Amino acid sequence: MEELQSLMGGFAIALTWFNIALMFAGIILGVLVGVLPGLGGANAIAILVPLTFGMAQQPGGQVSAIILLSCIYWGALFGGAIASILFNIPGEPWSVATTFDGYPMSQQGKTGQALTAAFTSSFIGAAVGVLLITFVSPVIAKFALKFGPAEYFAVYFLTFAAFIGMSKGNPFKTIVAMMLGFALAAVGTDTVTGTMRLTFGITEMLKGFDFLIAVIGLFGIGEILKTMEEGLAIKGAEGKLNMRVVWETWKELPKYWVTTIRSSVVGCMMGIVPGGATPASFMSYGLAQRFSKNGKNFRNGEIEGVVAPETAAHAAGTSALIPMLTLGVPGSPTAAVLLGALLIWGLQPGPLLFVEQKDFVWGLIASMYLGNLVGLIVVLTTVPWFAMILRVPFSIMGPVIIVICAIGAYTVHSSMLDVWMMLIFGVVGYVFSKLNYPLAPLVLALVLGDRAEENFRNAIKGSQGDMGIFFDNGLVGTITALALILLFLPVTTAVWAKVKPK
Amino acid sequence: MCIGALTSQLAQAAWEPTKTVEFIVPAGTGGGADQMARITQAIIAKHKLMKQPMVVVNKGGGAGAEGFLDAKGAKGDPHKIIITLSNLFTTPLAVGVPFNWRDLTPVSMMALDQFVLWVNADTPYKEPKDLVAAVKAAGGKMKMGGTGSKQEDQIITVALEKATGAKWNYISYKGGGEVAVQLVGKHVDSTVNNPIEAVAQWRSGSLRPLCVFDAKRMPYKTKITKDMAWGDIPTCKEKGMDIDYVMLRGIFMPGGVTADQVQYYVDLMKKVRETPDWKEFIEKGAFNTTALVGKEYADWVAKEEARHLFLMRDAGFIAK
Amino acid sequence: MSDMDPQHESPSAVSNRSMEIIVAAVTFALGALVISDSLRLGIGWGDEGPKAGYFPFYIGLIICIGSVVNAVLASLNRKAGSFVSTAQLKDVMRALVPMVLFVGLIGFLGLYVAGAVYIAFFMRWIGKYSWPKVAGVSLGTTIAFFVVFDLWFKVPLVKGPLEALLGLN
Repeated sequence: MEELQSLMGGFAIALTWFNIALMFAGIILGVLVGVLPGLGGANAIAILVPLTFGMAQQPGGQVSAIILLSCIYWGALFGGAIASILFNIPGEPWSVATTFDGYPMSQQGKTGQALTAAFTSSFIGAAVGVLLITFVSPVIAKFALKFGPAEYFAVYFLTFAAFIGMSKGNPFKTIVAMMLGFALAAVGTDTVTGTMRLTFGITEMLKGFDFLIAVIGLFGIGEILKTMEEGLAIKGAEGKLNMRVVWETWKELPKYWVTTIRSSVVGCMMGIVPGGATPASFMSYGLAQRFSKNGKNFRNGEIEGVVAPETAAHAAGTSALIPMLTLGVPGSPTAAVLLGALLIWGLQPGPLLFVEQKDFVWGLIASMYLGNLVGLIVVLTTVPWFAMILRVPFSIMGPVIIVICAIGAYTVHSSMLDVWMMLIFGVVGYVFSKLNYPLAPLVLALVLGDRAEENFRNAIKGSQGDMGIFFDNGLVGTITALALILLFLPVTTAVWAKVKPK
Repeated sequence: MCIGALTSQLAQAAWEPTKTVEFIVPAGTGGGADQMARITQAIIAKHKLMKQPMVVVNKGGGAGAEGFLDAKGAKGDPHKIIITLSNLFTTPLAVGVPFNWRDLTPVSMMALDQFVLWVNADTPYKEPKDLVAAVKAAGGKMKMGGTGSKQEDQIITVALEKATGAKWNYISYKGGGEVAVQLVGKHVDSTVNNPIEAVAQWRSGSLRPLCVFDAKRMPYKTKITKDMAWGDIPTCKEKGMDIDYVMLRGIFMPGGVTADQVQYYVDLMKKVRETPDWKEFIEKGAFNTTALVGKEYADWVAKEEARHLFLMRDAGFIAK
Repeated sequence: MSDMDPQHESPSAVSNRSMEIIVAAVTFALGALVISDSLRLGIGWGDEGPKAGYFPFYIGLIICIGSVVNAVLASLNRKAGSFVSTAQLKDVMRALVPMVLFVGLIGFLGLYVAGAVYIAFFMRWIGKYSWPKVAGVSLGTTIAFFVVFDLWFKVPLVKGPLEALLGLN
């Protein structure tokens, strides 16, 4: 086991008191950054990069530097779940699916359970991801190379198929909501032709609609308007405020082992692909809803609906780190800043990093085990504190949340127009949720819409109009076929149920 | 430390920033411009070249129009600088936003970025003419991967088509690193990546450089692979394709700032370029180290603008 | 949402059916807007592959068709209840109007001051807290925001005359 030996070497490098202190610092900072929507992980890491510049020039310092920065990344991943569960405000795209059941749980007074489930699942997902990259990372890097535009599109299509087939209620409302998401995603530069679309000559519209602004408005502000309408009552404020809730939740979690395994697999696949953590979380949620026996109760505060997206998002976020290091292609803005930091320290991300910088790479992998463990410990101890926030009366918490939302919306592009947009999205979110227009397909389309479109057009441009490109080889054919099956499965089962003799 | 002391002495008399300086990158995180901005910031922080902090802000919306319009709108603000790439010229032309580089104050050219014609190392093309012959034979089916649309990579592709008569199918991606990986994965047949975007894949033996789009060869003699240095890559002109194209990596300030303020940043950037950290970065990315300031810089930019107008009009990329 | 709540017995301000039709009309208009810009960009196949309007055109079309179906479904539904009662609407407006004023104030006072004013106003007006509590919470949170965003993370937020006076920008 050459890998095990290397890993032990990595632990020897990573395990110093200084590094462990850095892990705690990074995680705490990351959690803070993850909770506040205005501070992305990318921002926090970028600010610390110059500080690490000096650090990285000491012997062994590059490992310490990457530990600090990657722990901010882990912390932000953990922290993203907190605002989603407490306030229905997902700070990062991959936390959106966590709101679906996390926020209802919180309203029912099960904040502690929801947070514990989210953190524990994140940890398990990350652990599976790290195990994967410890033992099979060379294979992963090769696999990622197989992905061209057609394959990427197939993966996005699969995400939509896994998630959409499930919506209840009026299908036309689902379709309209989703297509509105696609339309919003199309605003701004068209990446394929470089022309401006749907901006109507307004220069502030050039940058398009950021996911964060839509989500803060639709979910966060919309929820506050609904709370006001319902007469200011803060629902289920009495969460348990001690650590016992952690143990109780842990006793319950093993029941969901199937979902955990499924979500880990989905997450790792999407991390390797690299489709990323966002599709992973949505896909995993959709699959869990479809195949779990509790599926009917999803969206009403089902703990399994928190386990599924969190496990997958972290499995993906973790396993994505290796294609990033070996190929030099970042999967998210945060990863891009992390990658830029390597260059600044004088390391060249790429296939040779594993050969030439063994100590660094294995130190990093070892720190991923340790960092996530430290992260779990840190965030679990905060559970009672965060649960307590909900005891603060709404007439104090409400305006504070709105100010945070405004800051969050403004910081995306330093634009006041975005803050106004956030308010409009808030009203839309309120009206839509009262009329049972589903918001999730809208957000999913907004997040993945332009990537899906870009890859679709690049694929058929490459094949010069031949749609056969989506069945061109075994890989893309399998993914497309899976997506079609998932998309039409509900229809066929419904028809079968009618035809079937009683 | 001693550089720091020197700085404070030099800067005493003249203007100095009094608050955080915002360094705008009119592109996304992780790209070439972003990397250069962040290493500049890191060098300034490490060597304490400036008393006030500097923050890098990405404003890449609308092919960089977001960043340029922001800098244009900040007329007279000496606490804002912006790094530019070729989209300084291409974005206003292709997108039709009301912006021209004359709305900004040129500070200093930091370097020029090179472009190299790359193919996958598994392919039989050893010379540019082998590739061109194959592209011609394929009749428009062979794919050229590049960053963005109607920007530098596609301009070079069109120039190549004009020079050789071959026709590529241009596929645009979001970032240069992604383009290099797509070439390794054989999803495209060639690219015109910057050296820094493709160097890792070249060193690992996955890619092969055919020629560099500059008037003369790169000066770097250190071996990158077993048998080649950047300087061993022939120019495209040597290989019978008379195309040279380099990309500006330069610093600008908003319009309406005083000469003192410009001079401060000119000196600051000069100090940055003199650090060993910068020299290492420049060599790694095989940049062309031309660095101009003042009128020479402005003249160079004006000349480039005219050239881009010509190239873009020729290619039919101007917004209607 | 208990039925015991007296607020919910107030007369309906707008019925579900009219709201459905209004929303369908708005989404139809948005769909039409998308279609019109797509036609401008071209919806066919050009040198660059499918043109920029190719995708959005069909998206706009689907939005329009879906909106028509939704409007028809809503107008056929005879049982539709109340979308919002007058009392509820009043409560929603009590949140929404100050929110709009707050965002409007940002441009004049800066985000920090506007935020402090807004939190104070909301606490006093809706929560009826004592002035010391109001001042403590609104100033405390604002200062905390300032420390986190401005000092630690160097995120530039809108500043106003007060910050200029104190020399904080």
